[in-house]
Amino acid sequence: MPLVLTEDEQMLVESLRSLLSRSAPVAAFRALRDSGDPKRYSPALWAELAEAGFAAPQVPEAEGGIGMGYAAAGLAAEEMGRVLAATPFLSTALAIELLIAAGDAGQKAALLPGLLDGSRLFALAIEEGGRHDPDTRATRATRDGAGWRIEGTKRFVLDGGVADGLIVATQGEDGPMLLLVDPGAPGVAVTPRASIDSRNAADIAFEGVSVGADAVLGGANGSADDAAAAIARALDVGRVLLAAELLGIAQEAFDRTVAYLKEREQFGVKIGTFQALQHRAARQYVALDLARSVVLKALRALDEGDKARSALASLAKAVTTRTAREAMNEAVQMHGGVGVTDEFDIGLFFKRARVAGETLGDDYFHRERLAKMVWGI
Amino acid sequence: MSDLDAFRAEVRAWLEENAPPFIRQPESIETAIWGGRKPSFIHDDQRLWMERMGAKGWTVPEWPREYGGGGLSRDEAKILAQEMRRIGARRPLDSLGIWMLGPALLKYGTEEQKREHLPRIARGEIRWAQGYSEPGAGSDLASVATKGEDKGDHFLVNGSKIWTSYGDKCDMIFALVRTEPDAPKHLGISFLLIDMADPGVSTRPIKLIAGDSPFTQTFFDNVKVPKGNVVGERGRGWDVCKYLLSHEREMIGSLPTTQLSAETLAQHAVRVLGADGIARAGALRSDIMQHEIDAWTLAIAIERAGDQAKAKASSPFTGSVLKLFGTELMKRRTELAMSIEGSAGFDPQGHEAQEWLHAPANTIAGGSNEIQLNILAKRALGLPGA
Repeated sequence: MPLVLTEDEQMLVESLRSLLSRSAPVAAFRALRDSGDPKRYSPALWAELAEAGFAAPQVPEAEGGIGMGYAAAGLAAEEMGRVLAATPFLSTALAIELLIAAGDAGQKAALLPGLLDGSRLFALAIEEGGRHDPDTRATRATRDGAGWRIEGTKRFVLDGGVADGLIVATQGEDGPMLLLVDPGAPGVAVTPRASIDSRNAADIAFEGVSVGADAVLGGANGSADDAAAAIARALDVGRVLLAAELLGIAQEAFDRTVAYLKEREQFGVKIGTFQALQHRAARQYVALDLARSVVLKALRALDEGDKARSALASLAKAVTTRTAREAMNEAVQMHGGVGVTDEFDIGLFFKRARVAGETLGDDYFHRERLAKMVWGI
Repeated sequence: MSDLDAFRAEVRAWLEENAPPFIRQPESIETAIWGGRKPSFIHDDQRLWMERMGAKGWTVPEWPREYGGGGLSRDEAKILAQEMRRIGARRPLDSLGIWMLGPALLKYGTEEQKREHLPRIARGEIRWAQGYSEPGAGSDLASVATKGEDKGDHFLVNGSKIWTSYGDKCDMIFALVRTEPDAPKHLGISFLLIDMADPGVSTRPIKLIAGDSPFTQTFFDNVKVPKGNVVGERGRGWDVCKYLLSHEREMIGSLPTTQLSAETLAQHAVRVLGADGIARAGALRSDIMQHEIDAWTLAIAIERAGDQAKAKASSPFTGSVLKLFGTELMKRRTELAMSIEGSAGFDPQGHEAQEWLHAPANTIAGGSNEIQLNILAKRALGLPGA
């Protein structure tokens, strides 16, 4: 597929924009934040997005989705990034990816419809430390009769405070094992975390949590290899979707900054007339244009099953994390004093970009991952 | 088999038959084929390659056949390029005629000018030079002072141009000349085609920090240029020039990764330092990897620009984006290559030193990168004029 949006994709963007500008302007996110609502997302917005097919447009028709591909999901993520829509979009995409890749027929039939229509919310419990490190699993699953017993603590679980189901990445007997866990089960302790982006996150402790054999993703046939492959695939999908969101965040913050340069006056002229600012803005334009190319390439690679898709996921996440960080710092700086006030929206973008940048690996993580792919060291 | 598959098979067979061994090797500055009235080849295979490809029109695959081109569609041209890459075939002809003048003639030239010049460009018979910058007109190009006095059937040209690439080896020059002294700055310039063998044209080489002299200053002393050699409207040469510079920008930006680099920087690091050496030089390793990320980014941006062109959805600013990013990346690459080599890179004639010493010119030429930033700030972002 060429690196140009199709007509269908352009139409998708337009209808998303109109839905989001109506139901989820940045002011709505600000109001949600200020309300102190512990859910930290809007179920009504999520239901509206799901109803319109935007909750997971990538899911193939054979799995009950609308089959618009990852490119469409990326465009949805980008548009949500533009308005800072607080939705469980990423958690849902990760859960769906894991279910489709590793779940058995019964698990898919039981869970996919609810995820697609927005009535169920699953969170992936994978991280155990501050920096993204999906290969470290101190959380263990050991045999317990016919089922399994889970011990350990997962941290920074996105949407962990609102999910009605958890997918827990544990260390099984011979490698990774994915377990479906009810957050209300005995021994599960969910501790909400406050986060700079005002989104939902929690630490979740598992103390002697017992689950049945049917909790294993893939059921009796679920193997460590399948789990590892499903995790790798889901993480790459998540990374590309986050890259798309970061592109949207950075683009919106940049557009607002350019508008501000054309409006704010100092020394009797618009500050946008100053070459010191013009060149810096132009550099941001270049960085964003390049990042847009990379994100689209990574999305197309997912849709085409390109063998470079995993490397492209790292490329896209590395490029957008860095680009967004620089764009945010420039946006705040060019806004001057008002840029660091809570009243101005630019700070909301600044904070979300930091979190989305770290999630599933920042630019340092992915630069390192690519270096290992290239050199093997 | 689809038409394109059949075309691919035909191209493959023809290349197998006609691409001589010497040109199936990685390129370098020395192996470029420039053609011209007095061409120089370091191997006879180069001449064969240029002539055979020129006869097919495949030096300019997408130009129309009647002007010496291959008449290929974008998809066919892509296949030709893929098949050439597959056997490691070099470009059959490097030419400002192909990259810059040709597109401008196709858009602005008269039928007579197209028929006279384009086929000769395609066959590599005329080597063209560019006559834009002057000692007093660098970034402020529209202030060119080389003047052409109206003498009825011709202009009498006096003045000088600078940074003429290989001016001493070129046959003709396309130049910006002030023909309307009373018109406003941008509206007094004509785009003239001048034969450098004509009386009154002379060149003087300029020695660079790398030790070579790829540029000349070119002098015009009472040179008679026929009026039929004006491309586009008289006094509107600035339009032709802008159009042509947009082509140059894309080319400069896209050169480093697509054509000149036989090995990636990561491969270079392994060759020189070994895996252990890279592992021990963690900070350097990190910067090399960031370079590779940016190089891949550039390649994808070039791919997208091609797809946009094909979909007739090009952005007018892509040239500036690629030029800025590509040339700065090239500089960073040569800096890192020098760091990989350490003191072993100091031989003035060594590959790394030569690339490093040549790289800075690219962020200056073709409209300096600061000029590109001005273009983006004013036209892409609509920031108010200072």
